[in-house]
Amino acid sequence: MTVVTEEPRVEELLALYQQMALIRATEKAAYDLFMAGLVKGTTHLASGQEAVAVGASAALEPDDYVFATYRGHHHAIARGASPEACLAELMSRATGLCRAKGGSMHLTVADRNMLGSYAIVGAHLPIACGAAWSAKLRGTSQVAVAFFGDGATNIGAFHEALNLAAVWRLPVLFVCENNLYMEYTSIKTVTAVAQPAAGRAPAYQLPAEVIDGNDVVAVQQAVAAAAARARAGDGPTVIEALTYRQYGHSRSDPGKYRPQEEVDAWLKRDPLLVLAERLRDRGVEQPAIDQLDAQAREEVAAAAEAAKAAPPPGEDSAFTDVWADGGAQWRT
Amino acid sequence: MANLMTYREAVAAGIAQEMRRDERVVCLGEDIGAAEGVFKTAAGLFAEFGPERVWDTPISEQAIVGAAMGAAMTGMRPVAEIMFSDFLACCWDYVANEIPKMRYMTGGQVSVPLVIRTANGSGLGFGAQHSQPVENWAFAVPGLKIAAPSTPADMVGLMAAAIRSDDPVLVFEHKGLFATKGDPPPAGDHVVELGRAEVRRSGADVTLVALASTVPTALAAAEQLAGDVDAEVIDLRCLIPLDARTVLDSVARTSRLVIVEENPYQGGWGGTLASIVAEEAFYDLDAPIRRVASACVPLPFAANLERAVVPTADRVAAVVREVLDTA
Repeated sequence: MTVVTEEPRVEELLALYQQMALIRATEKAAYDLFMAGLVKGTTHLASGQEAVAVGASAALEPDDYVFATYRGHHHAIARGASPEACLAELMSRATGLCRAKGGSMHLTVADRNMLGSYAIVGAHLPIACGAAWSAKLRGTSQVAVAFFGDGATNIGAFHEALNLAAVWRLPVLFVCENNLYMEYTSIKTVTAVAQPAAGRAPAYQLPAEVIDGNDVVAVQQAVAAAAARARAGDGPTVIEALTYRQYGHSRSDPGKYRPQEEVDAWLKRDPLLVLAERLRDRGVEQPAIDQLDAQAREEVAAAAEAAKAAPPPGEDSAFTDVWADGGAQWRT
Repeated sequence: MANLMTYREAVAAGIAQEMRRDERVVCLGEDIGAAEGVFKTAAGLFAEFGPERVWDTPISEQAIVGAAMGAAMTGMRPVAEIMFSDFLACCWDYVANEIPKMRYMTGGQVSVPLVIRTANGSGLGFGAQHSQPVENWAFAVPGLKIAAPSTPADMVGLMAAAIRSDDPVLVFEHKGLFATKGDPPPAGDHVVELGRAEVRRSGADVTLVALASTVPTALAAAEQLAGDVDAEVIDLRCLIPLDARTVLDSVARTSRLVIVEENPYQGGWGGTLASIVAEEAFYDLDAPIRRVASACVPLPFAANLERAVVPTADRVAAVVREVLDTA
């Protein structure tokens, strides 16, 4: 198991930066492709929330389970999806992560146990409990992590999940990415407690922690500690990571409901800037950091081109994968 | 006729058969442990398999079905009980949005091999929120398999097939049939393939298609009519896969079709079956297709009101006589 209590080595920090830069560049590409009319439907970008995915992933084992929301590109990439497969999915290409049958809101990397992005708010929390229950039944040391937004804390499934996880002492981590807004509405104005996730945990007698979700190291340490508790049989933990999305809620939202001073303050706390500062404190020169950004942009530019060049899915694939036999036959 | 088995006993027998052969099979639901289920359909499971495989849950339908889904996605074969099928509405997101779409939305990456079993339908006088026949709710959702056995042996065999299936399966256990008795399944593991209808009574004049509780209703109607009318009774056993072939073959011989379904006429499964026969066998028909379904009202409480709403043998027989113009 991974328990991080000390400051990571510089090489580790550089690797974290690389992943965050890759996600940032992918989200930028997704935005540009959307504006160019190449992504249909909607996208919910995670720019600004990269540290939660990358920090958590760094604290997990490869076979741990991850469940994400419709704002989940960062979790798919953090668990090993390629930017090309993600962008191809967004652009409805046959080479998409889900063969263009899921779209932006359903990125899934099952062979890395990233078991889906869920677009019904809060639905995946009980599902993550089930994966944790399964690990417990099979006697493995796996944990399940459900990432969710602040808005999910006001839906029934959140409460059913926390209670069941507590009663069954499941190895599950509930990680709230509190970006302060449920869609277009300040979470404060619609929630009875100040901390939407951590403030509810005591009702279920679960340990909870509010952390700086824009500090990748803080996330890594909190998740590592919670995972260690879960693996030791000590049950679930609620982590509320304070963060901020740099775009609006979804493609059509310019985010005008957010005060400019608030936006500016959070942009200064951009998770990549926070980590860059930490790297500089450890002796890494800014040009080396810039180089990582440039590499990520290049990699993603190539990925976007490759994705664009891929063919659309064959129409016959609309009639596959309903059933386990691969088909869609419902009658004789 | 020795050693008859009740439909109620068959539920637990089917689950136990599979739990013995496959340790991945686990049960979860409200009151299913030491209490053995409010309908005693889990009788003996907790005693035989213990708390590691038979899990009591809180009254949290979303947590029950959601946890079953997560376990199914990660190597287990969960069997989740929703006490009354009406309560499926409390976890409908999972039944309609999550479970049936997972394989498809992920481009085939994820399987959800679970069973949701639930007590369905009228007959015990529980009123409108504990008696609705809701098999048509599930029938409206692509991606779910649906079994609704009418006999104890089929309950064992279809439960086994549902648990073995790599697809999600809803098993509707009919409340009105729990106390009925029938032959036990043959010795050894009994599995009835999903999607195969069974001809319960052969006949030449009219085809009656029924499911779960309406199978005995249709058979009783056929007995009433015997002498005047020679009715064939088909037990669909499953709604998905729908064995339309067996129905079409029967209609090709009888030229007349009466569908007997307990869900309401509005949106009932019989409408889809009727449309298949109308589209594919219109020229085999000598009379309009008729549907005997529940009335389009909430299920009432009083027994006489309930009888006025759901299909009865008398109503079925009367409709058959109209179809044959012998009324």
